Amino acid sequence: MASIVQAAGLTKQVMSGDSPLTILHDVSFAVEAGESMAIVGASGSGKSTLLGLLAGLDVPSSGSVLLHGADLFKLDEDGRARLRGELAGFVFQSFQLLPALNALENVMLPLELAGAADARQRAELSLRQVGLSARAHHLPKHLSGGEQQRVALARAFVTQPRILFADEPTGNLDAATGAQVIELMLELNRAQGTTLILVTHDEALARRCGKQLRLAAGRVVQA
Amino acid sequence: MNLLRLSLNLLRRDWRAGEWRVLLLALVLAVGSLATVGLFADRVRQALQQQAQSLIGADLRITSTRPFPPDYRMLANRRSLQVVQSRSFPSMVLYREQVLLSEIQAVEAGYPLRGKIEIDDGSVHAAKAIPARGTVWADERLLRRFDMQIGDEVGIGARRFRVAARIVKDIDQSVGFSSFAPRVLMNDADLASTRLLQEGSRLSYRLLVAGEALQVKALRAELEGKLSGNEKMEDVRDARPEIRTALERAEHFLGLAALTAAILAGAAMALAARRFVLRHLDGCAVMRCLGAQQAQVLWLFLYQFILLGVVAVLLGGLLGYVTQALLVESIASMRDASLPQPGVVPLLKAAASGFALLLGFAFLPLLQLRKVSPLRVLRREMGMPEASGWLIYGLAIGALALLFLWHAGSLKLGLAVLGGLLAGLLVFGWLAWLLLHGLARNSFYFRSQWRHAFNNLARHGRSAAVQVVALSLGGMALLVLTLVRADLLEAWQGKLPPDTPNRFLVNIQPDQYQPLRDFFMRQSLPSPELQPMVRGRLVAINERAINGGSYPDPRARGLVEREFNLSYMEQMPVWNELSSGRWWGRDARGELSVEEGIARTLGIHPGDTLTYDVAGSRFTGRVTSLRKVQWDSMRVNFFVITTPELLREFPASYLSSFYLPPDKVRAGDELARAFPNILLIDTGAVIAQVRNIMDQIAQTVSAVFLFTLLSGLAVLYAALLATQDERSHEAAILRTLGADSRYLRSLHLSEFAVLGGLSGLFAAAGAVLLGWVLARFVLEIPWQANPAVWLIGVGGGMGVVMLAGWLATRKLTLRSPLRILAAD
Repeated sequence: MASIVQAAGLTKQVMSGDSPLTILHDVSFAVEAGESMAIVGASGSGKSTLLGLLAGLDVPSSGSVLLHGADLFKLDEDGRARLRGELAGFVFQSFQLLPALNALENVMLPLELAGAADARQRAELSLRQVGLSARAHHLPKHLSGGEQQRVALARAFVTQPRILFADEPTGNLDAATGAQVIELMLELNRAQGTTLILVTHDEALARRCGKQLRLAAGRVVQA
Repeated sequence: MNLLRLSLNLLRRDWRAGEWRVLLLALVLAVGSLATVGLFADRVRQALQQQAQSLIGADLRITSTRPFPPDYRMLANRRSLQVVQSRSFPSMVLYREQVLLSEIQAVEAGYPLRGKIEIDDGSVHAAKAIPARGTVWADERLLRRFDMQIGDEVGIGARRFRVAARIVKDIDQSVGFSSFAPRVLMNDADLASTRLLQEGSRLSYRLLVAGEALQVKALRAELEGKLSGNEKMEDVRDARPEIRTALERAEHFLGLAALTAAILAGAAMALAARRFVLRHLDGCAVMRCLGAQQAQVLWLFLYQFILLGVVAVLLGGLLGYVTQALLVESIASMRDASLPQPGVVPLLKAAASGFALLLGFAFLPLLQLRKVSPLRVLRREMGMPEASGWLIYGLAIGALALLFLWHAGSLKLGLAVLGGLLAGLLVFGWLAWLLLHGLARNSFYFRSQWRHAFNNLARHGRSAAVQVVALSLGGMALLVLTLVRADLLEAWQGKLPPDTPNRFLVNIQPDQYQPLRDFFMRQSLPSPELQPMVRGRLVAINERAINGGSYPDPRARGLVEREFNLSYMEQMPVWNELSSGRWWGRDARGELSVEEGIARTLGIHPGDTLTYDVAGSRFTGRVTSLRKVQWDSMRVNFFVITTPELLREFPASYLSSFYLPPDKVRAGDELARAFPNILLIDTGAVIAQVRNIMDQIAQTVSAVFLFTLLSGLAVLYAALLATQDERSHEAAILRTLGADSRYLRSLHLSEFAVLGGLSGLFAAAGAVLLGWVLARFVLEIPWQANPAVWLIGVGGGMGVVMLAGWLATRKLTLRSPLRILAAD
């Protein structure tokens, strides 16, 4: 099976005052298509930095990431955005729904950005899959945390992405709601054969993923 | 197409959430304000143009003492312009046994081309044609002197004419001082039969031209080079300098008032745009994360902006149109004048200015959204993308500068006001920052909530300083509106007090000096001040001979080729003002004072020597001062004044101006009878017109300042809104840390009191400064600021900002902190 995500020698340095601070040291790994991988570690270990680099949201100080064979950092900002639009879906801890758009419109957003003609139908279907058809015309502020995250899942899967990046998807939810959201996410993942890369504190959740990448102080301590 | 739909969708939702309201409101106010002034000024200008055109009876008038070369008429005809000629000459008019020297004007059919002559041939009405053959129209003076009735016959040369009408309102009169004789209008076809046209007749020719403005302008340019020394060309701009000056001042004043509103609106837009950017950072980051490219994000907002701009411009234009229409309706003299409809140009100008403001103040800040890092979805602490600040501010300033230059109409004035404004904003911002930090450093002298307030303000030093500057701008507009405007307008209208001279006396002979003073005393009129006048031609500057050929500028050439009115006096007239040099002392000799405008035209500087030729003898003097002359003062003014000894020996006549009250109009007739050679010119109509303009302007200014007031309030609202989210977040944290509502309320009120007090102080300073600039440079009047401005500024600033702040933040102390933090 071919690697869909391939990271090699990823290093990220930032300036802290006058001296450089390395927050990610020489991280390398590969994830096969359809696999799931959890990135775990304590706060400040570099999990979110790594996820940001894998998704091309940030650029590393050195190293490379191949997404479905495309070298992310040889592309410019717009090129990376285009690649994300084609390949990736996202779920965030803070949901990141646009407050001005209702649930349906939020789900339609990535399709509209990609110029899809049947955005509405596909978004409605996706909302139905997460059980929120009845709430399609509600604004995010009128939805509970769990519902907002389900809308975010519908938005993430509506483009049928090859890779799903999830950053602490249950971090803002209570245990019961969090568990429901995770079940839904894994189910959609299985159904669509999506590769899942997940950042989490939750060891139980991490164990449900095929692979775990443990970080400590920016270094891979267990792959 | 999807992007457009998405963009409109976002716009609709954002609109519902109130995100666009301040931006739209501010832009509508800016466009409305500029459109009101533009449309109104356009109508006033058109009306004045019509009136002024009727003064010379044409768009362009050429006068000469010799017949015109035939190609003048040909050139005008080629441009499809209307042309008529009139010939006038002095001649005796005979009535029974009496004769009177009169000014006969023979006119061709079609005369006058502009305006209407009002006649009384039994009833008063506008004349539809020229006098029929065999008849003449005579003016009031002739009828009164002869004690003659309409229908009587008079003799002119070899021919007798029936006086068919009395001229009630004449046009096309000489603006100069030559029309002292009664006027008789006849048909040009009758002229030959009078047999008065003989070799040596003192005929004066006038060619009147009218038609399409551009063609007239082109003809003027074409003829300028062809005119000979005894031909003079004038258009409406030359006809009435007093009215032109008043109108130009009014336009500048109004233009600046409208621009103040526009700038305030710009400030409100900038604040609103900043808030908009802050609130859309997350959304843009999500879209970038979901694959949106920079251009897509840009278009998403560009569509919204274009739509916002179009809607605002349409609403603003409509608002402007309605306001000016209401204004015209509310001013009786304008309502009755049946003003022409305004042109479309002022609307286009206001619309273009609106888009420039949108571009300068709001759109460029929004461009930053395109550059939001998608990483923000993981790291919300990332702030706004570093904007290329100089580009943004540079473009905003550039847009403003262009607007200023465009609207102020004068590069000097525009740059001065813009420079002053920017310098003021920077200084105020810097002072605010310093003061806030000073207060924080010394906060240990104060009670805890004040201490907290000072520290809070200092921590947000930059945004607090921006808020102070924005609030100062709003406050300044309010102060200018309430206090300074009234003072300024009063002082301006005071320039034309009720006893402003309304009559000029010209051609007073030296031996009439005393009898004239006696006449005034007998009529219980204050004795007029008589000024000597000697006519002389400038022949050399610094001993270098000059003539018309020395100057390429036709106006300068004209000035050199004709005789100047010179005068001498010991004291400078009080309505003149020295612009450089000094006025001469008692024993000074050989000194000259020159009006600054003519000095500029002829390249005369203080220290130069000028030589004049007066009736064959010459004198030379040194220029020791330049004067600024108020041409709208309605008093006798001279281009060149000399020390007395230089001119005293030359033959002089005297000039004067005086105020003739309406109940003493008969005294004017008696004066004309007692001193037939003296020309009495009635300038009452001109004064009335200038006063009329002032009144109209005063009312327009009130309306325009209403826009300024509303824009000021928009700034206030936007400034408070700008920090609302931050305040809300801080309040939630403080409440979780145990602060009760009372503490939060008094903390907020203390902060608003400091912001309001500082803003009020700066607003007062700005208002005083703006008042001074307007008084000194636009209206040219002395003006003293009302000391209450300071008190009201500081007190009012505190009060208003505290009240508005309390209204805006009172809910913050009531909402659950968890909800606020969760929503953040």
